[in-house]
Amino acid sequence: MAENKESKVSTTTLRAYVMIGVLALIWAYFHWATGSIFLTPTNLSNLATQMSVTAILAVGMLMVIVSGNIDLSVGSVLGFAGGIAALSMTTYEFGLVPSIIFAILVGVAIGVFQGALTAYLNIPAFIVTLGGLLAWRGAVKWLLGGYTVPVADETFKAIGNEYILPVGGWIIAAVAIAFVVLMAYRNARSVKDYGLGEANYGGEMLKAIIPVVGVVAFIWVMNAYRGIPVPVIILLGVALLGAFITNSTTFGRYLYAIGGNADAARLSGIDNKRQVLKVYALLGAFTGIAALIFTARVGSAAPDAGVLKELDAIAACVIGGASLMGGRGTVFGACLGALIMASLDNGMSLLNVRDFMQDIIKGSILVIAVGLDMFGRRGT
Amino acid sequence: MRNIVKEFPGVRALDGVSFTLEAGEFHSLVGENGAGKSTLMKTLSGVYPFGTYEGDIIIDDEVRQFRGIRDSEHAGVAIIFQELSLVKELTVGENIFLGKEPSKLGVINWSELYHRTSKLLQDLNLDIDPRVQVGNLGIGQQQLVEIAKALSKEAKILVLDEPTAALTESEVETLFTILRDLKKRGVGMVYISHKLNEVFEMSDRITVLRDGKTIGTHNAADLTKDKVIELMVGREVGNIFPECHHDFGETVLEVKNLTAYSIDAVNKKVVDDVSFHVRKGEVLGIAGLMGAGRTELLMSIFGAWAGKYSREVIVEGKSVHLDSPASAIREGIGFVTEDRKRFGLILEQTILDNMTLAGLKRISGAFLTNRTRETIAAKGPMKSLRVKANSPLTVAGTLSGGNQQKVVLGKWLLTNPKVLFLDEPTRGIDVGAKQEIYAEINKLAEQGLAIVLVSSELPEVLGLSDRVMVLHEGRVTGEFTRADATPEKVMAAATGNH
Repeated sequence: MAENKESKVSTTTLRAYVMIGVLALIWAYFHWATGSIFLTPTNLSNLATQMSVTAILAVGMLMVIVSGNIDLSVGSVLGFAGGIAALSMTTYEFGLVPSIIFAILVGVAIGVFQGALTAYLNIPAFIVTLGGLLAWRGAVKWLLGGYTVPVADETFKAIGNEYILPVGGWIIAAVAIAFVVLMAYRNARSVKDYGLGEANYGGEMLKAIIPVVGVVAFIWVMNAYRGIPVPVIILLGVALLGAFITNSTTFGRYLYAIGGNADAARLSGIDNKRQVLKVYALLGAFTGIAALIFTARVGSAAPDAGVLKELDAIAACVIGGASLMGGRGTVFGACLGALIMASLDNGMSLLNVRDFMQDIIKGSILVIAVGLDMFGRRGT
Repeated sequence: MRNIVKEFPGVRALDGVSFTLEAGEFHSLVGENGAGKSTLMKTLSGVYPFGTYEGDIIIDDEVRQFRGIRDSEHAGVAIIFQELSLVKELTVGENIFLGKEPSKLGVINWSELYHRTSKLLQDLNLDIDPRVQVGNLGIGQQQLVEIAKALSKEAKILVLDEPTAALTESEVETLFTILRDLKKRGVGMVYISHKLNEVFEMSDRITVLRDGKTIGTHNAADLTKDKVIELMVGREVGNIFPECHHDFGETVLEVKNLTAYSIDAVNKKVVDDVSFHVRKGEVLGIAGLMGAGRTELLMSIFGAWAGKYSREVIVEGKSVHLDSPASAIREGIGFVTEDRKRFGLILEQTILDNMTLAGLKRISGAFLTNRTRETIAAKGPMKSLRVKANSPLTVAGTLSGGNQQKVVLGKWLLTNPKVLFLDEPTRGIDVGAKQEIYAEINKLAEQGLAIVLVSSELPEVLGLSDRVMVLHEGRVTGEFTRADATPEKVMAAATGNH
């Protein structure tokens, strides 16, 4: 019987390699076209900072998309949560920490509200969040009275603009490498512990080389400028959390199951509604975090903050291989998608490509990427 | 069709198959799943266009080279696939004339369309409103509409791939009457089916395929069912329902006064005051025709019925409150649902992911998953149920029907159930896999599992059950012990003639 098709794991891995290849091509082109400006520590540091807001949103969005839903409102919610943070620090003087918590809680509350409308009242996610896109944008304008509210607090602005000292970077690198090696060791040992064969320590360590080299290279490049930017540290935290949730928790597995076949998931004892509510709450929290970085970077909350951010986040997920039908996608892919999008923005700005042209090129690349993906899928 | 060879990457699906069909002939094509029946017919109908296979397709003494379905339709070939290809949102008439609406300058002549549809339906003695949406028809009627659609193309060759899988007995009779009539009109028919009773009732000739090769073409009169099964599986088949004796223990599950209401018509009862119990080690068969309320009964116990329902469920002597599948699973109820593609599997995910889904928290832990522990857990049923796949990471959608069904069964065994519901556990799977599942059901019962079996195949219910409960329009109309349950008695109860 013809049942020896490749497994999901290897196709996903293959996809990741193809995307890394595409990214390398884009970088090589920009490096050449900008006269060796693109691949300098300074620019790469900027690039990493620029992608962080979109990528944080994309990590949350990915989980929503995997569950077979969508959120069109994150751009507006980002604006609203940013406005809340700015006002509570300036007008209401709640202080730094309470304001940060407040902004994140607002994101969560909106996520829970919209998630509940989708999951429990069965209003399609597209409609609920399309309404949210309009309503929360209106709410920001109302909240800020149509004005831009500047934030003076230097500590707050550091969230968007400061760097971790190089020593801190190396400490993080050491922790990350220790973690990777530990995981490789555990993987190898568990094979033996569970009686699935002999432990292959050498093989697992070999596989750990790529992430270890990646970590070292990343920290080295960041430190060559001014250290890891704070937004990038936050992004790394969010991305690791997202990867952990999707790969290693029952909640994550349930999201894939619900997106893959909601009926089968429900009949397997999964409370689909609750999982959907939770995933919207999570995206809300990430949106709150992204709002803080966005506001801190700009140094003010504006009525139009975050406009079109939802589309960047969705595009990042889709370029990263997520299916809008649900059930498929990875956090790694979404981050890579965000990096590709940010690279295009950054490179085209360096090349002084006109604003409208940038939009046309980005739009076209989105469609081409997905088109090629569908084409490649048909062959298998 | 002469010496057809069709290859897919890595597999030779058809290996020099020849097949002839005469005008007015009813020719059945049988074989296990994966034997190449559907592939052969897809070659005939141009789904696999000329050039992708070797060999010749000859219709009316002329070699044909179909580039697609349109070409084969022009040559008079109509095919009805296993999966219905009707647009549920469109009306019967719109479906029948889809792609060839009577029109002038692109403007559809609706009155002619519906007029011609009524005439077509009348010709077939079908009492179906041409203006009703297909989605509002029962699955059996949809199948008949599909046939009407095929005939509207004035087919000379009609290929039917498992057309009766979803039909009730009376719908099957209607279908057969139509087919007999078509035969008289000279339409040649290729009939693919797992149901040998039907094959023998209708066929002039029977061709058996196995592993992409023609095993033989015989006049139906020269064959017996046992002989056909032997040809299909390539080995002697004894009684396909193994003899076994179950020792019953305590009552595991008792259901009292279950009433369930229709989803669409809120006041219509689909199950009406049904009570029953099942004991440790016992197989309770639930027989009934389509619409008798069997699936609704199981769904309501499981807390998964979408309409209103009320009942008392007692597990091991304790009244339990079940309001969701999760709570039912916690109490030890497993439910191998019908229609594995729709309700059972996540087709794009691996065997591993599918098998551990229902019991994930038991296998892995409440919060974190553990791949290694899951792999070990999934390997158990993969081995005991003999799932044919390279590894637990094989994607479920690439498996054959029988193996997919085993994955669903494995999923529920991994929840460690006390009671297992089986809803149509062998629909659309080949004889070999059926036998394996029958053997597994008996083994599970011997190990002390209480089993509730729903099946539309009467021999299956009678062959496996220690006790048979019969439903008719939502009510219990008979209950028989294994010794008492004759096909005649059960069918009488199922049709309400008791």
